[in-house]
Amino acid sequence: MTSKTTRMLSYRDAVNEALQQEMERNPDIILMGEDIAGAAGRADQGFVDAWGGPFRTTQGLIQKFGEDRVRDTPISEAAFVGTAIGAAAAGVRTVAELMYFDFVGVCFDQLLNNAAKMHYMYGGNVTLPFTLLTRIGAGVGSAAQHSEILYALMSHIPGLKGVVPSDAYTAKGLLTAALRSNDPVIFFEHKLLYHEQCEVPEESYELPIGQARTVREGTDITLVGISKMTSVCLEAAELLAAEGVNAEVVDLLSVFPIDYDHIIASVQKTHRLVIVDEDTPTCSVAADIAATVGEEAFDSLDAPIMRVQAPHTPVPYARELELAYIPDAQRVVKTVREVFGN
Amino acid sequence: MEITKEDLLKMFETMVTIRQFELRAFAEVGQRSLRGAIHLSVGQEAVPTGICAHLTDDDYLASTHRGHGHCIAKGVNVQGMMAEILQKATGTNKGKGGSMHIADMSKGMLGANGVVGSSVPLAVGAALAAKHRGTDQVAIAFFGDGAVNQGVVHESMNLAAIWKLPVIFACENNLYAESTPVEYATPIADIAERAKGYNMPGVVVDGMDAFAVYDAAGAAIGRARAGLGPTLLECKTYRYYGHAAFDNPKSYRSTEEEEEWKARDAIMKFKERVLEEGTLNQSELDETEAAITEMMDDAVRFADESPDPDLSELLTDVYVDPPKSSLGRSAHLFT
Repeated sequence: MTSKTTRMLSYRDAVNEALQQEMERNPDIILMGEDIAGAAGRADQGFVDAWGGPFRTTQGLIQKFGEDRVRDTPISEAAFVGTAIGAAAAGVRTVAELMYFDFVGVCFDQLLNNAAKMHYMYGGNVTLPFTLLTRIGAGVGSAAQHSEILYALMSHIPGLKGVVPSDAYTAKGLLTAALRSNDPVIFFEHKLLYHEQCEVPEESYELPIGQARTVREGTDITLVGISKMTSVCLEAAELLAAEGVNAEVVDLLSVFPIDYDHIIASVQKTHRLVIVDEDTPTCSVAADIAATVGEEAFDSLDAPIMRVQAPHTPVPYARELELAYIPDAQRVVKTVREVFGN
Repeated sequence: MEITKEDLLKMFETMVTIRQFELRAFAEVGQRSLRGAIHLSVGQEAVPTGICAHLTDDDYLASTHRGHGHCIAKGVNVQGMMAEILQKATGTNKGKGGSMHIADMSKGMLGANGVVGSSVPLAVGAALAAKHRGTDQVAIAFFGDGAVNQGVVHESMNLAAIWKLPVIFACENNLYAESTPVEYATPIADIAERAKGYNMPGVVVDGMDAFAVYDAAGAAIGRARAGLGPTLLECKTYRYYGHAAFDNPKSYRSTEEEEEWKARDAIMKFKERVLEEGTLNQSELDETEAAITEMMDDAVRFADESPDPDLSELLTDVYVDPPKSSLGRSAHLFT
């Protein structure tokens, strides 16, 4: 490993740093979205970067790169997502921010029928260096329309890639990779991770899109975590260690492509699999992993594959209901006990 | 606006090529009993012709499901288009898109698009790319009267207006969205009026008159190139055939109406005018038409002599950088 200077950095600052470094490196990156700077057009009154993004992930970018490259948009997701896709087709790398992924409904056509399909239906004639930044996740009392996970909607669509960083290190590396990709990539930030810190290299680096990583070695069972659920799996693994169960934790990092090979290799070692996914269960990424492992590694399994997921409901508002909705370490531990027949 | 003889001949050639291409492609698909969606724009030729006469390959165009005319006027190769529609590997898009999805980035053709209104923001994006680069490129967003009640079209006009982007919103009002008459779907007589809401010029043009379209488009494109922002051009025109192959338009419009519009046929009127003004002569027109017929024969021959797409092409072009872990799992289709 090369000697890289690292320091503790939050997930939010990691997103910001990846954007800054890539926009410096590549003058042909344009960023657009709602309130990504704030107070648009009021520089003459002394108002600049009023918000720095609804979650401050884009703070400071407009001062550095100017209002031509950091564009606040009206609340017109269909138009600005489509515009970002069109500019990408015309050869300018674009990044659009969809404030909450729940809002995908108003611009879904642009992602489904244009971003995902243009490269294929035009026979490779059109290439889209386009990234959609968006955020997911329950836990902040924002209820049904600002909290959903829903990435499985996009996994289902051929032509798109989707990454789900679980910490600051993976956030910076995956965003850098997305900003250098010539395929459209959706970057799902989990709202509960913004304040989480870990060691992150100062210089820029890429993590390959479509590769999972093992974040805890174990021998008895494989826990697959997605986004925030990776930390839930790690917490559960500590609790399970006290019960004599040595769990391996795989951090999925990408909801399309899904790194089945990595998961299967782990299952061939541990012979048991639990997938922890904050998304609703029907037709989910977790369901897809379970089906694929069942098809391809049935002989390696000593127990049925189990899933820990949200219930098939919208995200509720009241704290107690919301906490019951989100998978936690206790539910993971309970499920693992079931896998072992306890 | 003064048009050179060379440009006049080019405009005539474009209109006739569009008409001959569409009728020929439609007939060839039928003769081969191919399944293939085709939407004809016959009758509307003056619109893309008059607009694209002002463009170069560096300018952009985003099209609709009724896009052959846009492609041809933008310079896309008709052999490739014919091969695409006849489902050959040598098609513009390797036989993966068909009539409704012809794109050719070497000509700035961002693609025909099967979702009504969906391609409009793509043209806005291409205009943003031009503005970012600091060039004088423009982008044309073609759409029909059926698209003007789609939210994304309005959002796109608004965004282009506040950002002063070099884009022309070219509405081909052919009076029908499938079988739904424009006067039913839209509560105003002129769609161009909607430009007022976005503080941009809105211009009504006779879409059966290539000269009128040429003049109006020239002004709008000049404005866009000068950095003055977008224009909404409403070209009133008529499609002679149905919405698509299955559709008999007589089920929703009268023969009298059809005859009235055909009496103003764009190609016929163009010929009358150039002959009357003496800018082109009969033999020039005849020679051009004959050459185009020959070009169509060549295009069909080219397609017939071309191979079918290889089955392995099913799995290519989904991604620039294809993920092996998932796409690899479809390889069993060929083993």
